[in-house]
Amino acid sequence: MKGLPVLSLLLCICAMYFVGIYLFVGGFLLVRLEVNRTSTCGDVLQPGEEPVDFCRVQPRFRRAVLLIIDALKIDFARFDPNNTTPRPYENKLPVLEETASSRPSHSRLYPFRADPPTTTMQRIKGFTTGSLPTFVDVGNNFASSAILEDNLIHQFVQVGKRVVFMGDDTWENLFPKKFYRSLPFPSFNVKDLHTVDNGILQHLYTTMMGGDWDVLVAHFLGVDHCGHRFGPDHPAMADKLTQMDGVIRSVIDRLQNDTLLVVMGDHGMTDTGDHGGESQKETDAAIFLYSPAPLFPGPPSQSEQDVVPQTDLVPTLALLLGVPIPYSSVGQVLLPLFPPHGQTEGAVGGLSQLEALWINAKQVNRFLETYSGMAKDIPPESLSQLKDEFTRLSYEYLTTIREGRSPSPELAASLQAYLTSVRDTCRATWARFNPFKMAAGLAILAFACLMCFILSELSVVLIRENGPGLKAPVAVALTAGGCTVAGQLLTQGYIEVAWCLAAAALSSELLLLWTACRSRPTAVAKNGSKAPKCSRWLTPRHLFIPPLVVPLLRCASLLSDSYVIAEGRVVTFLMFSLALYIPIHLNWDGLLLPPSHDPLKSAGLLPSPALSPSTVRKESSTLLTCVGLLVGSLYLSLSFHGCREEQGSCQPSPFLSPLSRLQDSQLKNIHYILSIFSLGLWTYLLRRCLRHYGNLNSSGGTVFTARWILPLLSVCLGLHWAVSATPEDSFRNLAELISLAQLALPRAAFCLLGLGLFLIWLDPLTVFVKTRAAATARGSSLPPPRYRASTGISPQAELHHLIPQIYQRMRRSLDDGELSRGSEVDSGPAVEAYGLGTVYSAPLLLFCGLLGIGLLLLHPEGMSLSFLLLLLEMGALLHIQASSTTLSGLHGTYTGGFNVPWTPIVMWSLAATQFFHATGHLPTFPSIQWGAAFVGFPDGHTGTILPASLVTLNTFASHILFAVGCPLLLFWPLVCEVRGSRGGRACGEEGEDAVMEMRLRENPQQFSSALLQLSTRYLFIHGAQVFASVCAAAILRRHLMVWKVFAPKLMFEASGFLVSSVSLLIGVTLVLRVDVAVGRWFKRIIPDASR
Amino acid sequence: MWDHEIRAMASTHAIIAASVFMATVLPAVFVRGFSVYGTHLLWLYSVSGTVTAVSVAVFWLLGITPPTKKHTLGYKLSRLFRSCLYFFLSCLFFHSVVVLYGAPLIESALETFSLAVLLTSLTTLRCLCVLGPNVQAWIRVFSRHGAMSVWDTCLQITVACTVVGAWVGAFPIPLDWDRPWQVWPVSCSLGAMIGFLTGLVASPAWIHYHRKQLTYKCK
Repeated sequence: MKGLPVLSLLLCICAMYFVGIYLFVGGFLLVRLEVNRTSTCGDVLQPGEEPVDFCRVQPRFRRAVLLIIDALKIDFARFDPNNTTPRPYENKLPVLEETASSRPSHSRLYPFRADPPTTTMQRIKGFTTGSLPTFVDVGNNFASSAILEDNLIHQFVQVGKRVVFMGDDTWENLFPKKFYRSLPFPSFNVKDLHTVDNGILQHLYTTMMGGDWDVLVAHFLGVDHCGHRFGPDHPAMADKLTQMDGVIRSVIDRLQNDTLLVVMGDHGMTDTGDHGGESQKETDAAIFLYSPAPLFPGPPSQSEQDVVPQTDLVPTLALLLGVPIPYSSVGQVLLPLFPPHGQTEGAVGGLSQLEALWINAKQVNRFLETYSGMAKDIPPESLSQLKDEFTRLSYEYLTTIREGRSPSPELAASLQAYLTSVRDTCRATWARFNPFKMAAGLAILAFACLMCFILSELSVVLIRENGPGLKAPVAVALTAGGCTVAGQLLTQGYIEVAWCLAAAALSSELLLLWTACRSRPTAVAKNGSKAPKCSRWLTPRHLFIPPLVVPLLRCASLLSDSYVIAEGRVVTFLMFSLALYIPIHLNWDGLLLPPSHDPLKSAGLLPSPALSPSTVRKESSTLLTCVGLLVGSLYLSLSFHGCREEQGSCQPSPFLSPLSRLQDSQLKNIHYILSIFSLGLWTYLLRRCLRHYGNLNSSGGTVFTARWILPLLSVCLGLHWAVSATPEDSFRNLAELISLAQLALPRAAFCLLGLGLFLIWLDPLTVFVKTRAAATARGSSLPPPRYRASTGISPQAELHHLIPQIYQRMRRSLDDGELSRGSEVDSGPAVEAYGLGTVYSAPLLLFCGLLGIGLLLLHPEGMSLSFLLLLLEMGALLHIQASSTTLSGLHGTYTGGFNVPWTPIVMWSLAATQFFHATGHLPTFPSIQWGAAFVGFPDGHTGTILPASLVTLNTFASHILFAVGCPLLLFWPLVCEVRGSRGGRACGEEGEDAVMEMRLRENPQQFSSALLQLSTRYLFIHGAQVFASVCAAAILRRHLMVWKVFAPKLMFEASGFLVSSVSLLIGVTLVLRVDVAVGRWFKRIIPDASR
Repeated sequence: MWDHEIRAMASTHAIIAASVFMATVLPAVFVRGFSVYGTHLLWLYSVSGTVTAVSVAVFWLLGITPPTKKHTLGYKLSRLFRSCLYFFLSCLFFHSVVVLYGAPLIESALETFSLAVLLTSLTTLRCLCVLGPNVQAWIRVFSRHGAMSVWDTCLQITVACTVVGAWVGAFPIPLDWDRPWQVWPVSCSLGAMIGFLTGLVASPAWIHYHRKQLTYKCK
């Protein structure tokens, strides 16, 4: 068969999709421009006209202690004395409430609202620079790099304050070489609750007592890690919070009068302990301010604001500590901390409320002016409005000061309103789009989808015409790209890679489309009989068949946020509809039931069916059973879904939490047994299937994998689950062994998996050839076997006849139950080949199975049930495809090719999305199962590539499995082929025996065209989904939900496509590899048997 | 070619449609606070009851029901009994299909079952009326060459319209519009009803326009 054209064509299509996605994402997710200017002491003007060096003035506080307790939710910090039965996270920080109520003018507790994304690095960036982070920064969390914008730490260092830091080592990456002294501790290992906190506590008090610091930053991670590991509702959280309570108490005892204490959380957490999104549970942290000196002018009043935005911390801290506000901060000072106008005498060197607001407003205005000079993304009308407002306010303020009268309270209020509106404007505009890139990306994706569709329809023609000739498109692409490069160099002087890629992709796409369209009429001209088939594919009647309407509906559903939120159920609904469509459609064509006493048939109008009614009945019942199995696994898979924050009354599946989180030991045991059971069933079913088709007889690499590596891998996995589920404190004396096992078992599993996949790749044949000794001895004396008759023809023809014979022998001996005895004495070729009929599908199936167990290793234990459902559903889909092919084959609709119709392919690709949800994944960032990065690496990683790839494998497990297994759809009808159904027609005189997959070798051209068609159809459906989500993001880019729903969906869909296409290429390559190996095997066997 | 049948069919369908209309309007006179959304279950029952009664009466009067082979009372009774049994089984079938489609399993089971009853009375009952309690014939009718009379074609069209209507009716449920008709099972039952009415209108029209092409095998 022609492997190379198929593979190169697929690669070309994938590359075009990738270019389209790259272009669009480049235009859609732009980073906010960073202003690389810094404030200095001279440029913040005091209220008076005369320039004063801001930093020389005695600040209100000389020193500050920042205790950052990661994920300190406001619910943790509140204390309710009436709550008699507190949950583990409630009422565990009484010190905050006690201090706030006993010393109201010294301390205050506020909810502290973070801006999304609520991930730690973005939050540190946010509350040190005072700016608003953008969506793209999310990606930087794995490799946090230094902050280049002006920030608080920089300002502290600028005025000579000694900043001492201890805790989360993210800070060390964000502020390299800024700290006077730094004690970073590793933060990446989420399972480690104590290292960071204990490390801080060892040094915190001694550092505080020693005098060589001005600003002390301590970042505790225990609470956050406890949330990630156990969730907030767990006794460990109570312990952690009680520990924090003690820490705050000790710090308060050691504070001096000139010191300000800030205790704050950087973000909150959901009920499952995750964060990253923008639900109120994630954004609302707590902030607690305290000083031994009076901090607030009075007790809390009713009119005070009740929620503090996180950006507001920056200007407040800067003014309290006497440093300039960082240049790009958009926060506003916390007014209650400043005395009202005219009462500044009491506080040393303090600023009044109005002065603080004025400095703040000037700084914000300066930032806006600089920013609008650099970028044009803030709408000019709101910008000019803000400018006018500031001019008015500054005039009013300056006249008030000059005339020395006491300012009106409205002035302060309008200054506040100005600051708030600036922040809101910034928040609304910092999602900047590049419409040209977006449009180019959309166009390329649209053409790629169209091309995919046309190629899938014309695959037969293309393969027959010796491939579509990829040379011309590639040449055109190179030329177009080169021209763009030259043009850019001439006009701009620099190269933008995206546009070169766009030009290349677009030109080659257009050329390919043109060639495809031109090749259609020539095909018609060459072969008249093919004409209806080729010209049919664009009529509406052909396009609006249910299997194509379903993906259309699926794509349309991506345009609505409600459907994206309910995506798991939507996909299951559509799958179910298609599952019901198959038997209904077959019945409509009259294929489901054996044609009973048909008057037309008796009159000779209909051809007599090739199958007897009993066979039809058997096939139909297989089909209906498989539909039932499919429907059952669809329904059961609904119980493994996770929950989005938008889904109000939704309970995440109990199987999603790892076993170590369960506290009830009996429930734990039940879950464990269920998981082990389904793992065992998975292994058993795979081996059973291979054994059934005689693939376990030879001694090659693949068979070795199936026999030994597969069971060993499952054992490893089962042991690993057992070890990781043991509570840490139950086997103290075995602790070392347990930790060793936690390290060794998954790594051993990874190695076994790698070895198994490598062996399959190396030696994919599962054929066992048995040459009977007696037969070879008398080989010369026997009359020449039948295929000798064709010696005169080419060796190709010889092959053609030999294969069915070998296979025929094998089947016969299998049926007789004489697997190895070989007691037949009749004449014929003396070769038996076991497993030749499934020579293509067996390695692929084993590959999928191994990969499935490997991916299961990265999931929580309970997911093994869902993986079992996945396997069952795959099997059901394959059998449905096989039975419906057989059923439609008997009534003359069989066309002679191996083409896979749309329905099974659509279901196959929808199933990938369905199991994406049914393995507990959701297209949102907080739902990513980060735990996968620690399987086999409990101590964390040094690099970022390995954990990132582990998490990717975990997230797109179902995409990978279904894409790799996609060629199975082509093989299965042949594997399950009913004997004699096509034998009479396809093989002519060769007899009634089934030839199974050897049919593919007989028709290499049809094989490659069918493989190409299958892959392009699969890519088309996934590509259409990517296109739809890209359209959704482009059309709804100002939608309320764009950053919450559509943008994450786009990212997940695009990466899912990436992973799927790569896996599909792997699957196709494996098939081609098997094909090459089979070809060699035949070359080897011919001299053996005949010459 | 089939003018007589088409006329009969059109009038039958007009009667059924009118009865659906009456079943929606009349209870509003007698029951206080009756509305399609508010007292949805009541509406469902009234419509399905009316459609059942009217279809049985009309088809019996028209004599479309296949003739019984025997005329004994026992045989007739057993046919009646089997019809009732099939009716009930079909309710269960629709219920399980709807649940598999994603309807809540335990809560609002009554609503789901009522929907199943409505679907049964719109589809299965017609099969019972036209074909009698004969599952083989039902399966045969829903194939391309299975229709043996104008009434079979009409049955195909109305049943397909009803089922597709109910299927499409499920689409608006996940949307966040907070409308009263998005509550389970209002949209589905409305969809089924609209589909049914469309089928009632469409089948005589379709048969009328295709009367030249229609050929039926004799029984």
